[in-house]
Amino acid sequence: MRLHEYQAKEAFADAGIAVPDAQVATTPAEAVAAADAIGYPVAVKAQVHVGGRGKAGGIELVDDAAAAEAAAERILGMDLKGYTVDAVLVEAGVDFTDELYVGVTMDRTAAQPVVMVSREGGVDIEAVAEHSPDAIATAHIDPAFGLHPYQARRVVYDAGIDRAVAGAVMTIVGQLYELFVDNDATEVEINPVMVTADAEVIAADAVMNIDGDALYRQEALAALADEAAGDALEQQAAAAGFDYVRLEGNVGIIGNGAGLVMTTLDLVEHFGGTPANFLDIGGGARADRVTAALELVFSDDNVDAVVFNIFGGITRGDEVAAGINEAVAQIGELPKPVVVRLAGTNASEGMAILDTDAVEVEATLEGAVQAAIAAAEEAA
Amino acid sequence: MSIFVDADTRVVVQGITGSEGSFHTEQMQAYGTNVVAGAVPGKGGEMVGEIPVFDTVAAAVAETDATASVVFVPPAFAADAIFEALDTPLETVVAITEGVPLHDMARVYKRAGEVDTRLIGPNCPGIITPGETKLGILPGDIFEAGNVGLVSRSGTLTYQVVSNLTDRGIGQTTAVGIGGDPIIGTSFIDTLAAFEADTATHAVVMCGEIGGEDEEEAATYIAGHMDTPVAGFIAGRTAPPGKRMGHAGAIVSGSGAGTAASKIAALNEAGVPVGETPAEVADHIESFL
Repeated sequence: MRLHEYQAKEAFADAGIAVPDAQVATTPAEAVAAADAIGYPVAVKAQVHVGGRGKAGGIELVDDAAAAEAAAERILGMDLKGYTVDAVLVEAGVDFTDELYVGVTMDRTAAQPVVMVSREGGVDIEAVAEHSPDAIATAHIDPAFGLHPYQARRVVYDAGIDRAVAGAVMTIVGQLYELFVDNDATEVEINPVMVTADAEVIAADAVMNIDGDALYRQEALAALADEAAGDALEQQAAAAGFDYVRLEGNVGIIGNGAGLVMTTLDLVEHFGGTPANFLDIGGGARADRVTAALELVFSDDNVDAVVFNIFGGITRGDEVAAGINEAVAQIGELPKPVVVRLAGTNASEGMAILDTDAVEVEATLEGAVQAAIAAAEEAA
Repeated sequence: MSIFVDADTRVVVQGITGSEGSFHTEQMQAYGTNVVAGAVPGKGGEMVGEIPVFDTVAAAVAETDATASVVFVPPAFAADAIFEALDTPLETVVAITEGVPLHDMARVYKRAGEVDTRLIGPNCPGIITPGETKLGILPGDIFEAGNVGLVSRSGTLTYQVVSNLTDRGIGQTTAVGIGGDPIIGTSFIDTLAAFEADTATHAVVMCGEIGGEDEEEAATYIAGHMDTPVAGFIAGRTAPPGKRMGHAGAIVSGSGAGTAASKIAALNEAGVPVGETPAEVADHIESFL
């Protein structure tokens, strides 16, 4: 779960990291009031979960109230890489002489947290990592011991940070690592850390991603989940307990198990169709879950046909078929064609009892995908 | 022959009294797995069917000579249960639990590296040596004993590929679901090395998916260390960047790392053909045998 910038900055401030004066605004009038209170210049920053907001026109630096209002009017409600902007952060402009980068993430290959510090802040750090990896100093941290102070010192010296601010940056490294651990973060990042003429260091941006699997023990952060969520259908799916990702195509996909659902998407494309979504219905396929999954997929207007692919491992095919029949009865007439393929335990028993007036049945995964693509083409 | 587990494996089930634990214990027993004990704090002295339950894994091992554990403990307590198993010690620990927090797994992984126990998972369907034993939730009846090894990050995708093999009369030595999380105990490389050393395994299927670099590293390993032919499958060719596709580990980063294209290219370069469909994977394996 990715926090909004303003949420992450609140956490950073609580941890003792300096952040600019700022207020959240959801209307242009609020934005002007916030800017007046903070004092000009201010930055008006879109609060959405995408990188590169500046380049995409989601950040504007303004010098007076009229400009602040115009900026807020333009940014609020705009579509930024598929996300609608509902709030802006109005933030004091910082006079800086240098921009640095500090981040902590989990290196999955090493299975250890890694701290990164670079003098090349304020730019896309992944691009820096690609063209000049030596510009980023790194330190892997033993998760059993945590960050040793010498590691914070070494990574800052290795990065060649100016001696006037080295101590302050070491402090930030320690504070960020603590935030990373205490909040079950998968990533915390300040890009840039702004350095002022009198050698102060300020977190001008803040990225914080929280491990969704740890939200049960991060109650305060879990409460932010709604505020931080994305696409409306994806929120609805999360509430129903499905893994759902919305895509652009017209063939809806429901299946069980992440790898098999991904494979079904890939097969749709392989056979010339375009997938509309990823939906993992998870273990079991009782009628209520089948109904919820079908309703969710049909609520995407792009969907012209659905492929429903269940490999019953421990789940029995006849139970799944009963669930599908019951769901179809509950929904009434299905708005779009649905092609079902059942495999695994008791699959043939399941196929035998499926209501073939309501759904089309195919014996193989490839066959089901091709039938759904054909049905979608006909319906489109 | 087989890898990691066989008919001699003696299993303690951690979380045997839970709904998942008790159901799958029955399934494992029905398949022929030698389940000798359960371990659940506070339930020592109880019985689940014919199986004695102990308060601790240590007591279960002392009384029953268990050599492996299967963990069906809920996510909040799973890391602790795995630590308990790793510290006992056992030869093999299979963690089925999905949703173990990442920071917990970083500490577990560190501990697993300090002991001789093999940890498989978490977030995995388990491991099966057809005709001998299964530790986990894999549906036994789609497998058949034979000479092809299989290693996969995904559960149901494994079932799909296995049924493509079994339908053609191609059986398996051992199938290992290594799990879909970013941090897992046993890697592709660990499993491939074991298959390479197993004389009964004549070909290997490797099912990967988007995210991380494990498939690329496995490709390098195959090119340098394996004579046994390998065929691959990579799920997630169509996955958009930045979206987690179900598995916690299945995500293409914003910078484009972890894509299916990169993994397929690496495998092809290592001489590993990658099927576009599960049926094509079976074609490749058939051509090897």
